Amino acid sequence: MPRAFTPKVITANALLEGDAVWFTEDDTWTRDMAKAELLTDEAHADLRLLEANARKHEIAGAYLADAAPTPNGPAPTHFREAFRTRGPSNYAHGKQAE
Amino acid sequence: MYKYTEFDQAFVRDRVAQFRGQVARRIDGSLTEDEFKPLRLMNGLYLQLHAYMLRVAIPYGTLNSGQMRQLALIADRWDKGYGHFTTRQNIQYNWPELRDVPDILDALADVEMHAIQTSGNTVRNVTADHFAGASADEIADPRPYAELLRQWSTDHPEFQFLPRKFKIAVTGSPEDRAVTKAHDIGLRIVRQDGQIGFQVLVGGGLGRTPMIGKVLRDFLPVDDLLPYVEAVVSVWNLLGRRDNKFKARIKITVHENGIESIRDLVEDRFAGIRPLFTGVDQDLLADITAAFAPPAFRKASVAAYEKAYADKPAFRAWADTNLAAHRDPDHAIVSVSLKKPGQTPGDATSDQMRALADLAERFGHDELRISHEQNVILPHVHKADMPAVYAALREADLATANIGLVSDIIACPGMDYCGLATARSIPVAQQIATRFEDLKLEHEIGPLKIKISGCINACGHHHVGHIGILGLDRAGVENYQITLGGDGGADAVVGERAGPGFAYDEVVDAIERLLTSYLDLRETEDETFLDAYRRLGATPFKAALYPEKEGRDAA
Repeated sequence: MPRAFTPKVITANALLEGDAVWFTEDDTWTRDMAKAELLTDEAHADLRLLEANARKHEIAGAYLADAAPTPNGPAPTHFREAFRTRGPSNYAHGKQAE
Repeated sequence: MYKYTEFDQAFVRDRVAQFRGQVARRIDGSLTEDEFKPLRLMNGLYLQLHAYMLRVAIPYGTLNSGQMRQLALIADRWDKGYGHFTTRQNIQYNWPELRDVPDILDALADVEMHAIQTSGNTVRNVTADHFAGASADEIADPRPYAELLRQWSTDHPEFQFLPRKFKIAVTGSPEDRAVTKAHDIGLRIVRQDGQIGFQVLVGGGLGRTPMIGKVLRDFLPVDDLLPYVEAVVSVWNLLGRRDNKFKARIKITVHENGIESIRDLVEDRFAGIRPLFTGVDQDLLADITAAFAPPAFRKASVAAYEKAYADKPAFRAWADTNLAAHRDPDHAIVSVSLKKPGQTPGDATSDQMRALADLAERFGHDELRISHEQNVILPHVHKADMPAVYAALREADLATANIGLVSDIIACPGMDYCGLATARSIPVAQQIATRFEDLKLEHEIGPLKIKISGCINACGHHHVGHIGILGLDRAGVENYQITLGGDGGADAVVGERAGPGFAYDEVVDAIERLLTSYLDLRETEDETFLDAYRRLGATPFKAALYPEKEGRDAA
């Protein structure tokens, strides 16, 4: 049996700044993961990834990342994605400082 | 130091102009990321977890004060006021914006620096002993050969699309401080019948399949250096496994084909191309060698040093750990630690870079080195100046007396920055260093090399750490494997995995248990951790790491 599809968000790095961004329902990129579109259907997720990748001069390297629904919006489930929402642990740089 | 010729200057400037155009075309949408990526990598620009990262080469780890000040200026103007020195004698900026990178590269070109071939499947920055030209035990300065190789490999038309990256290290000293046995090619300067030449090692490398380099040639005359190295790279360029990224490095080619067969192919190719090297390379080498002539070492009394050493315990402790023997007995080599407990290994603020530049200018013949152990070296300091140097280092928060000790840890950037990492490295290094500082055990434990990598690619050299730590992702949780008994010196050894990995919040305790038990197990205070491990084998150290298992087995 194929594995059940787990919810995802589309994420990438912003072209100019290089920081983490997430794809929203209205085809924009947000720096707040909680505002991203949560994708619960595999076919829809694949289609949205194509649409995200079409915006190639706004971002680089879009991919689907696991996310969990929360009352505030999508949240990371893996530590790598959690770090991307914050920044490095050795300095208060990146998103945690903004 | 080598000075750029007009040709070098024009080449580097042209390359910046070319990249400026490529960046503009990426931003205006005429290049896709797939098209742009190989171009940016050729110029040292990565895209990482939180930002772009620019990796700048510090060829054979040598810098002058003007270059160090420019690195500080770049950190202030286009980054966040600091830089990270790496295990490959590069500096990495973690926060540049894409639009600014061509300006940064121009600022580097202003001081004869560049980021060319710091990434991609090319011959990378040629590394060398960080004590080159200074150390008491050296046969010859390896840097002229490293510079010759840099010029030969830069934009070499045959070697721009190699099967994988290719790393060359050169040492001029039998005490191998350049980890030559863990490089694709390792060159060790040797003397035979009064002639200087190279022992050529091939097929070393760390990463997912660690291998110790094998001797390809026992003695290579200096004039044959370029054609012979070209023959090696060229043989591998044809044989290397382009079908499988994980089998593409020359260590696998050597392993699959056997050293004998590789040697025959190299000698054959060498015989074919040797006549094409008509001596222009040797003329060039003569000019380069002249540029690396040792400075005029001054004669002066060392009484001030001896007085400070006798009277000031803090100075004495620092001198005992951070100074190394210089070829001139009135001088010493100063290793400036970038490993203050709690700091990020290898990071220097722009103020610290300027302080180091000032010291090099005032007291060090304008020379600085970056070591693969992520520290900064002042290679030629007269002992009479040492109290002043120490006072200035204290002022700049750079006087940590821990070279070669438990807190002098190599750590890759890990998952705090790197897109390839599977776990964090930096906080583990910070916590180990502060733990042993709190325990006041550092000097008691003595010489010890801990090396931490945040993924299997082993940028943190964990395989050759006396204690190696490898961070992995185990089912969505950071997990740290410990290896024991590795050594990156002249007789390099790959460490052995001790057993199951430890969770992020368990690994520092595990290292403490390991070192506490070493203190109980050693025969004398002079027996280092590595010596004790070699004498006793892994068993007692594993028992310290896994006490529960020990208890269970005994029950």
